[in-house]
Amino acid sequence: MSARTARLLGPQRRNLWFWVFVGPFAVGLGLFTYVPLLWSVYLSFFNAHNTVNPTEFVGLGNYTAMLGDDAFLGSLGTFLLFTAFIVPATFALSLSLALMVNRLRFAQAFFRSVFFLPTACSYVVASLIWKLSLFNGVRFGLANTVLGWFGLDQTAWLSTTSPPWYWLVIVTVRLWLQAGFYMILFLAGLQRISPQLYEAAAMDGARPGWQVFRHITFPQLRATSVAVLLLLVINAFQAFDEFYNLLSDARGYPPYARPPLVYLYYTALGRDQNLGLGSAGAVILALIIAVATVVQARWFGLGRKED
Amino acid sequence: MHDALTRAGRALRVVLLVALALLFLVPFYLLVRNGLAGEADITAPTWAFFPRELHWSNLTEVFSDPDLPLGRALLNSTLIAVSTTVGTVVLASMAGYGLARIPYRHASVVFYAILGTLMVPAAVTFVPSFVLVSTLGWISTLRGLVIPTLFSAFACFVFRQYFLGFPKELEDAARVDGLGYWRTYWRIVVPNARPVFAAVGTIVFIGAWNSFLWPLVIGQDQSAWTVQVALSTFTTAQNLNLHELFVAAGVSIVPLVVVFLLLQRYIVAGVERSGIDD
Repeated sequence: MSARTARLLGPQRRNLWFWVFVGPFAVGLGLFTYVPLLWSVYLSFFNAHNTVNPTEFVGLGNYTAMLGDDAFLGSLGTFLLFTAFIVPATFALSLSLALMVNRLRFAQAFFRSVFFLPTACSYVVASLIWKLSLFNGVRFGLANTVLGWFGLDQTAWLSTTSPPWYWLVIVTVRLWLQAGFYMILFLAGLQRISPQLYEAAAMDGARPGWQVFRHITFPQLRATSVAVLLLLVINAFQAFDEFYNLLSDARGYPPYARPPLVYLYYTALGRDQNLGLGSAGAVILALIIAVATVVQARWFGLGRKED
Repeated sequence: MHDALTRAGRALRVVLLVALALLFLVPFYLLVRNGLAGEADITAPTWAFFPRELHWSNLTEVFSDPDLPLGRALLNSTLIAVSTTVGTVVLASMAGYGLARIPYRHASVVFYAILGTLMVPAAVTFVPSFVLVSTLGWISTLRGLVIPTLFSAFACFVFRQYFLGFPKELEDAARVDGLGYWRTYWRIVVPNARPVFAAVGTIVFIGAWNSFLWPLVIGQDQSAWTVQVALSTFTTAQNLNLHELFVAAGVSIVPLVVVFLLLQRYIVAGVERSGIDD
């Protein structure tokens, strides 16, 4: 190494170059993630109607208001219910798709593309198809036409709350949009399983099918499964697009299906513009997500390598 | 007997796969069908698989409707998606390289500070971020729509992981030739890391093109609407032309389907290599 490069690579230079490379990103992340977070915490202690420069300190008032607000608690309930439907459904469907596609001897790329293609669709476009064509009101929807073939009654899918048919619409949109993405994760996991394990299982007399899946495939997919579950729950927490686009119309948004982000959107940026209250809600939500992520990661031992 | 059972099982699986594939394609069919149908066909009392007539003129009509600023929205979406993708890839790859390759005493502190933001989903900070952007006077501007979204901890993480596994010999050779970090990075590392750039780039592009909450909150003026916001405004409005809406939606997914079909293998490779399932 020449004297010149040695000088260039000296510790002082290295520190400088580290910040040349990492600095712009770190500063931006600080400015647009950490600053809003801290600002949010600050705002949440103030009465901030229609203003971002509040003067009236209310202490924990916004927090107690939020935690005593049935609508906010209801939004958390909506999230829990949504998670209870969407997480197992997506998990089962994407794993099944991966297992079926993985064993295909022909047209594997074709089927993989078909199932992955909805990933390219936005929630807005998918909601439009679901709302105005597939599950449309009482007339001219595909679902109602199919029901008609079997002589069944037509349903106003999005406005029927008992039984909650709107739930079917909301869950299927997300299922369609995201199953292909998780299928790819499972496919990656499946490809890492050593063929020798299957050979050994066959020697031990395990019948292909359920037995092999239960004792070899599924345990080997543990790390992938944990990551998929974690991502599914975090994404469910952020559900906004499909709820907003499926359920709101010119008359407003129905109160029975507001997940947290939709609720915060209307609180902070709706007619009230109550940014203090909205910030308190955002802080509570961020804490819940952080705790849930850490607990879940600990619980499943995320990051631990398989034996 | 056993053989016959396996064969039957395999056949059943193929039938099931074909059925599921058709089910997954139905929404795309509905999009195209309604886009090309006349209004009467879409709202017909009984739904028919094929519309009675096809209106190819819908394709041009939708661009001339003054109520639905589709051309402008497409332009905005393109500008936003392209600049977000370029910006994110440049910033995150540089940071990822610095974290992976330049020895610095506090590098791990910086890394965990970046990683920690993954725990706070961007969507949850939309209220304070909105406050910040409006304080800066960036509402309804390209800056406001793009700059706050450029700092993706996820992208930085993917690049760092990739560069950690990058063969060091190439860089050592460059150093011996007297290249500093800056030139080593741009002349040697970047050209040899094209797959990860393509993978992260496509994922970011898809995310930026499809994002909705941020453009809804920040792009308030009609002149700043993205395609997604424009479409959403019309699905939730009272009087709408369904066929126009479906054409517009169909047009809006074309860029992504093209990107997707061209770069699919990079997306798949990127997802597989990103380490999120490790």
